[in-house]
Amino acid sequence: MSNKANKTTDKLVALYEDNKADLFENSSDFINQERKIAIDYFKKTGIPTTKNESYKYTDLEPVFANGYTKFFERQKFNVELNKAFQCQVPNLDTYTVLFSNGWFYEKNSEYNSLPKGVILQSFQKASKEHPELVEKYYSKIAKPNDDSIVSLNTALSQDGFFLYVPKNTIIDKPIQVINLLRSEKDLMVTQRNLVVLDENSSAKLIICDHALSICRFLTNTVTEVNVGENAIFDYYNLQKQHNLTTQLSSVFIRQKKNSNVLTNTLSLHGKLIRNNVSILLDDEGCESNVFGLFLADKDQHIDNYTFIDHAKPNCHSNELYKGILDDEATGGFNGKIIVRQDAQKTEALQSNKNILLTDNAEMNTKPQLEIYADDVKCSHGATIGQIDEDALFYLRSRGINEKEARMMLMYAFAHEILKKIRVDSLDVQLIDLVESRLRGEFSKCDFCNYNVKAANCPK
Amino acid sequence: MLSIKNLHASIDGKKILNGINLEVKPGEVHAIMGPNGSGKSTLASVLAGREIFNVTEGEILFHGKSIFDLNPEERAKEGLFLSFQYPIEIPGVSMVNFMRTAVNEHRKYQNLKPLSAQDFLKLMRDKKKLVDIDSRLTNRSVNEGFSGGEKKKNEIFQMAMLEPKLSILDETDSGLDIDALRVVANGVNKLKTKDNSTIVITHYQRLLDYIVPDVVHILYNGKIVKTGGKDLALVLEDKGYDWIKNGNY
Ligand SMILES: Nc1ncnc2c1ncn2[C@@H]1O[C@H](COP(=O)(O)OP(=O)(O)OP(=O)(O)O)[C@@H](O)[C@H]1O
Ligand SMILES: [Mg+2]
Repeated sequence: MSNKANKTTDKLVALYEDNKADLFENSSDFINQERKIAIDYFKKTGIPTTKNESYKYTDLEPVFANGYTKFFERQKFNVELNKAFQCQVPNLDTYTVLFSNGWFYEKNSEYNSLPKGVILQSFQKASKEHPELVEKYYSKIAKPNDDSIVSLNTALSQDGFFLYVPKNTIIDKPIQVINLLRSEKDLMVTQRNLVVLDENSSAKLIICDHALSICRFLTNTVTEVNVGENAIFDYYNLQKQHNLTTQLSSVFIRQKKNSNVLTNTLSLHGKLIRNNVSILLDDEGCESNVFGLFLADKDQHIDNYTFIDHAKPNCHSNELYKGILDDEATGGFNGKIIVRQDAQKTEALQSNKNILLTDNAEMNTKPQLEIYADDVKCSHGATIGQIDEDALFYLRSRGINEKEARMMLMYAFAHEILKKIRVDSLDVQLIDLVESRLRGEFSKCDFCNYNVKAANCPK
Repeated sequence: MLSIKNLHASIDGKKILNGINLEVKPGEVHAIMGPNGSGKSTLASVLAGREIFNVTEGEILFHGKSIFDLNPEERAKEGLFLSFQYPIEIPGVSMVNFMRTAVNEHRKYQNLKPLSAQDFLKLMRDKKKLVDIDSRLTNRSVNEGFSGGEKKKNEIFQMAMLEPKLSILDETDSGLDIDALRVVANGVNKLKTKDNSTIVITHYQRLLDYIVPDVVHILYNGKIVKTGGKDLALVLEDKGYDWIKNGNY
């Protein structure tokens, strides 16, 4: 570790030590045990620097070095979030769960209409009310001593959501988790989610990340998902914050026999975004679809790291990430795929395509394939290019002005990812949203309607 | 309509057009023929405003105005249309969206209101009939996965949608089967009025049996080396280009 990284790490460890009493008080022994393992590991390894192979495109030290407030207890707000906040996606009928600064909003409406046996509640509450479930799955695939960002999350996290879908249960509507950040000081938020789908069940999660106040926010979120036999799980993450936010999101998914998973990470706005998507194909016949779209401009930075672990035979993974970088924006894609010796008849496809709109934008892309089985079909490819000039001329030659023609081509490029969305109405809305983002009309047309006055952070 | 005077153009320092002169009057059909690589498509691209070519000398007047002040989209809206020799595939841009945008940009230029969804679809239907193009194609992305012939049909479909004053058809006949050739040629003829003009670039007399030219030019080494009536195409069909290449014209 460098000196600077050391110092920042020490500060974070001190934060843990100083607030240990609060952290431990509201969690079970089991969870606190994991905290200890996690903080020990974090102490040892520290904030990942660019020397760390899987973080080589993103320097996290400066981000953590900025001082943040962190709340170790649920804050009270004098606004009714349910009323103040409305998602404006028309015709998108969901079970909505609001979060405020990483805490499950206590006034979330009761989910009476959820199918019988489904649990959807605050993680903190779940760890007390359903310890057997939580302890069976918590911290198992997001290990406390593997990636130090996950360790930090394990050490500091207190709340998040817990979703349990029992056997043979299909949740009729998507569950939409809306994460709102509101503060008057720079704020660090650590959220921890756990999802368990028993066999033959199905659930779709839509996570929307927004920042309402003009403060520096750092969110470090870890989500563990266990997908049972024959279960179907969709995960959409719409990341739309602002130019002062850092978002670290790590999703771990373990798939059981014949399960089907789709993840789609849509990074539309944020100063620094780092996504880790880690998928373990832990039994035969699984299908994984791992998609992502990222749009960055100004000095934004977006880094996607994916790890697909083909541990068992006859599984199919299909990965596609696309990015458009404008101005001085930078991006990274690191796609690791391991096909274990046992994993015969694996089919693993990976592709990363990027468009740079300026000479100053920069993209780093690295596929990383390790194949130990012999009967497999794997392919990977990466492209970094500009807008196709032939296509541009073709459109213009029909009377379409250059700006519009560029828009159409960028939109077409992005559309390949958007059309993979398996939730009605969401695709249509996101298409509009991406289009307005590409047109640079982002601030004018907002996805969500907040009646909460945005606060400015005093410096 | 169109007046080209002493046009020189190059790409990457390589001279391709070497002093072209051409006058096209309203209502006329001109054919341009010439061996591979002689500069036919380059001329078409320069007319349409492709910026990769450098015009080093000469002028092009379209309706009496220099075309060099206009970018490709403005030329299109002034009524110039190029049917590409190699139409571009654009995955993710639907034909419908493409054409709606193009038609409405033309209308805006003419101070007309955008077409309603209904009127637009009706226009699409009518023009599809004209070139006998399948809805299966127009419901897809622009040219994506179209066969060679289907792409050419699609060019003429777009021409029908935009109703240009001057159409340049760059080897629209190549890749078309005999029936499709007849349909496409009939389409072009139906779009013909006494005011609009057509430049047909082709290697074969076959097309000129359907679209009968008033004037035939032979382009060679970036220059028009011979101009004649429609019989000139027959001579070429008969004798090939050797006599041109040997300078016996
Ligand atoms: N983008 C380009 N870069 C470099 N050279 C080019 C380019 N486009 C055309 N040329 C060259 O210019 C010359 C004329 O090409 P052009 O396509 O205009 O010929 P053409 O008459 O249309 O031929 P064909 O009958 O084969 O279609 C050729 O030598 C060609 O290689
Ligand atoms: Mg040509």
